[in-house]
Amino acid sequence: MTELTQEQKLRYNRHIILEGFGREGQERLMQGRVLLVGVGGLGSPAALYLAAAGAGTIGIVDGDNVSLANLQRQVAHTTNDVGRLKVDSAEDKIRAINPDVKVEKHPFFLSEDNARQLIAEYDFIIDGSDNFATKYLVNDACVMLGKACSIGGISRYSGQLMTHVPGSACYRCIFPEPPAMNDVETCSQVGVLGSIAGMLGTMQATECIKYLSGVGTLLTGTLLTFDALTMEWGRLDFPHDEDCPLCGNKPTITELKEYAFQPCNKKNKTKCFQTN
Amino acid sequence: MQINVNNKPLDTQAATLEMLAAELSLPAKGVAVAIGNKMVQRSLWAETALSEDMHITIIKAACGG
Repeated sequence: MTELTQEQKLRYNRHIILEGFGREGQERLMQGRVLLVGVGGLGSPAALYLAAAGAGTIGIVDGDNVSLANLQRQVAHTTNDVGRLKVDSAEDKIRAINPDVKVEKHPFFLSEDNARQLIAEYDFIIDGSDNFATKYLVNDACVMLGKACSIGGISRYSGQLMTHVPGSACYRCIFPEPPAMNDVETCSQVGVLGSIAGMLGTMQATECIKYLSGVGTLLTGTLLTFDALTMEWGRLDFPHDEDCPLCGNKPTITELKEYAFQPCNKKNKTKCFQTN
Repeated sequence: MQINVNNKPLDTQAATLEMLAAELSLPAKGVAVAIGNKMVQRSLWAETALSEDMHITIIKAACGG
């Protein structure tokens, strides 16, 4: 492990003096590799705080371009970025905040063909995708590869998130299958309060920072929920499901296949939440 | 009996979680149910009896990001 430079000692001073975190925690964080699946509403704030915190490498997989309708909540992107690839726009902000951070850009969508190879290269995966196909793909690939991840979701005035580490309950232990297509509400259909993306995305970054630096207790076996209308947080504990189709005693999902990888945008609004 | 669903009182005839799910027309997929702060797997809904004043949370998977 390399010694912190004088500049790094100043930049990360508030972590270094933080009881329980310290120089060791900071150095572990600086060795860490995190993959953001999507740099939209959840991924944007996660990217900014991970950059500021000094995460070693931030990989971003996102094939989308910045659109005007993104800017209400996707705070890594600005008006001048409209039309640019989100990975390029986010890279600029990360570098501006902290040139220490290595950025790896993957300007395409996560799919069953690339998920294994890509996820295998990282220590912690943050799912900030906008569709169930990708959330289930991230969950399934992480369980199969023994990777830690945070899966988040937002809709209307509320949000939810959970953390998985090898051996802990997975997203399918709560929701074995995605909802039927007609029951899915996407943000482009029902809207979402923009600031919720910031609240949930920064919590995903927090889980990632805790995991990489080795502090605290992770949000495993618990779904954290938030309702902005009442300002209530909830913690719903869920056990590892022995009947889980992915991580149970007799798994039926043993390979990554039959997801539909349609990003949510105007062109394929009707397809964006298909899975299986 | 009266129970509490997502912080709102509800009069129900349902004796079990499964009957409540039917009464509320919960979809077959993408929904989880907790009693207090403990989630109850769908396979246990039929054998999970409801009782007066029980606090139940119904949560839908959220796909936005």
